[in-house]
Amino acid sequence: MTALKEELKRQIIEVLNLEDITPADIQDEEVLFGEGLGLDSIDALELIVLMDKTYGIKLSDPKKGRDIFQSVETMAAYISENRTK
Amino acid sequence: MTFDPIYIHGMNCVTPLGMDLLSNWTQLLMGNGGIIRHDVGRIKNSYVAKFISEEAAGLLTPVQDSTLLERMLFTAAKPIASKYVLTPRTALVLSTTKGNVSLLQDGRMADAQLNVLANKMAEALGFQTQPIVVSHACVSGLLALSVAKRLIQIGQYDDAVVLAGDVVSEFVVSGFQAFQAMSPFPCKPFDKDRAGVSLGEAAACVYVSKEKGEFKILGEAAINDANHISGPSRTGEGLVQSVLRAGREASIDIKDIDFISAHGTATLYNDEMEAVAFHRLGLQDVPIHSLKGYYGHTLGASGLLETVIALKAMQEEVLLPTLGFEELGVSQPVNIIREAGYRPLTRLLKTASGFGGSNAAMLVERCG
Amino acid sequence: MLEKITIQKSCTIEQHRIVVDDMLVWSSATDMPFSDFAKDAFHHLDIDYPKFYKMDALSKLAFLAAEYILRGEDKDELALVLANKSGSLDTDIKHQESIQDTENYYPRPATFVYTLANICAGEISIRHGLQTENAFFIAEEFPEETIFAYADYLLQSNKAKRVLCGWVEYFQEDYRALFYIF
Repeated sequence: MTALKEELKRQIIEVLNLEDITPADIQDEEVLFGEGLGLDSIDALELIVLMDKTYGIKLSDPKKGRDIFQSVETMAAYISENRTK
Repeated sequence: MTFDPIYIHGMNCVTPLGMDLLSNWTQLLMGNGGIIRHDVGRIKNSYVAKFISEEAAGLLTPVQDSTLLERMLFTAAKPIASKYVLTPRTALVLSTTKGNVSLLQDGRMADAQLNVLANKMAEALGFQTQPIVVSHACVSGLLALSVAKRLIQIGQYDDAVVLAGDVVSEFVVSGFQAFQAMSPFPCKPFDKDRAGVSLGEAAACVYVSKEKGEFKILGEAAINDANHISGPSRTGEGLVQSVLRAGREASIDIKDIDFISAHGTATLYNDEMEAVAFHRLGLQDVPIHSLKGYYGHTLGASGLLETVIALKAMQEEVLLPTLGFEELGVSQPVNIIREAGYRPLTRLLKTASGFGGSNAAMLVERCG
Repeated sequence: MLEKITIQKSCTIEQHRIVVDDMLVWSSATDMPFSDFAKDAFHHLDIDYPKFYKMDALSKLAFLAAEYILRGEDKDELALVLANKSGSLDTDIKHQESIQDTENYYPRPATFVYTLANICAGEISIRHGLQTENAFFIAEEFPEETIFAYADYLLQSNKAKRVLCGWVEYFQEDYRALFYIF
C-alpha cells in the first residue's frame, strides 16, 4: 500500500504537471481538490484517464470520481480493490 | 461614435436534416431531429447528427477531392455568393473550430490549416479579398457575424458573406468523450435528465451589408468570463455582460424581446450557467429554445446556424420548441419552449458560450 | 480611419528573446527547446501561478507576452484580439497521436482542451481578469489591416477602452509573439 501511494504521488505530479512539488510534499490524507493541491475539473478528468490507463479501472460517473479522488489515501484504497492491471 | 446599422439579407444552411434552409425548416416544423446513433471513425455508437453517405451525395463539390466539410460549406454558400455581387470590398468571414482536422489522420498537416481551407473556399466561390477566419470555440459562428458587422461599420468592407461550418470527427468525439461530456442519448437541453452534448455537423451562410433589409442587427457583444478555460462561469458573468452590452448598443430594454435562441448544449454546467444568466438579466419569462436537440452541437457552425433558423422562425412567425426537453432541470426558472407557438416575432436575442470562457450575444430585429 | 489608433506599447518574443518597447528584457540560449526557454522566462517574472505549467506551448507563449507587456498597465476594459497561422495545430497533432493507435487509445482532456486556438486568449483573460471583448483570428500572415480595423472599431464604439492585440504563433518549436497595446 505504501509503495502504491508513493507511485500514485509520482504519477499525479507527472500527469497534472505539478511543477515545484515533490512526492514528499503530498500527504496521504491531504485534500487534492479545492483547498489542498488546488486541482480543478480538468485535473479530475486526467485522473480518470490515469486510473484507466495505469490500473485498468474505468470510471464514468464523475460524482463517484469525487469520492475516490479525495486524497491519495482514498485513491490507493480504491485502486487496490478494483485494479485490473 | 455611432455607426450605420448592418442588415442580414440572404441566408442558407446545410445540415443532415436538409440541403437548404427550406428543407431544414420543413423538418423542424415536423419536429424531426437529426441525432441518431452513428459510428464515428473507430468510435462506435455515438449519438451525433451526421450526414450518411447517401445524403452527402447531394452536396455540391467545389474542386476534386473536396472534403465533406468543403462540400458542405460550398453547398451552403453557393446560392448566397451567386445572388450578390462580390466586389473587391466584399469580405468572406469563415467560422470554424476544427476545419479539416481529420486530415491529420493521414499526416496531412499543411492541409489541416484553417487558412488553407478558407483560401480554397474563397477561390471556389469567387471572392476577390483575402478571407478572414474566426476560430473562437463554440461562439465562432455568432462572433463571425459580429466581426463582419464591425468591419463593415468601421469602413474596412462594404459587405460580407459569413460562412460557418464544422463536421463530426473522431478527433472531436474522442475529446468530448475524454471530457465525459457526450450524452448517452440524444441531448436534452435544460432538462433535469440531461447528460451532456450530442455533436453535430452543419454549414450555414448569411450575407450582410449596410443596405436596408429585412433583418437589422441592433447590437452585439462577446465578453469573456475570465474564469476557467473549460468550465462555464457559475455566475454567468460573461454572458450577462454580453447581453447587457448588446442591449446598450441596441438602445432597447433587453426585456423587450420576443424570444431567445440560447446555446443550450445540454451539459449540466452550461445550461445551469445560462439559466443563472438569463435570470440575472430578468429574462426568465421570455420564451427560450435551444436547437441542439435537432442538430446536435455543431461547434463553429452552431451560432450562425441557429441564427439562420431563428431568423426563418421570425419570418414564419413560429416559436420552435426545444426538442428533447421535458422537465426543467436548472436552479433558476426559465421559460423553455415546449410546444410550437404561432405569433408575430419582431426581436430575437441569440447567445452562445464556449470553451476559453467565451460568450457572445446578438439582438436582431425584423423590420416589417 | 486607421490613423486614429496609436501603439502605446509593444512586446515581441522570438528566438528566445523578449523585447518590450525595443528593450531586451529577457533572453536565453537559442539552442534550448521552447519549453525550457518558456520556463526560464516565467521564473524571471517571479510570480506564483502554477497553472502556467499545465498550459500548452501556444498558451505559454501568449501568457508570457501578455505578462511582459501588461506589467504596470491599467487593465480596465482592455479587449483582447489575437491571431495566428497554425491555430492550435501543434496540440491538435498531440491529441491525434493519442487516438491514432487503437491499442493505446487514451485521449487526454488536458490536451484536448488546448485544441482550440482561443484557449490562449482565455488563459490571458483569466490571469488578468479581462471580462472584456475577445476574438481570435487565423491568417497566413499577421492580418494587420483586419486586426487594426477591428481594434479601431472596439475603441470607437466604446466596446473597449484599450485593446491588447497581436500575433501569437507556435508550431513545432517555430514560434513568434508580437503584441501591441492600443
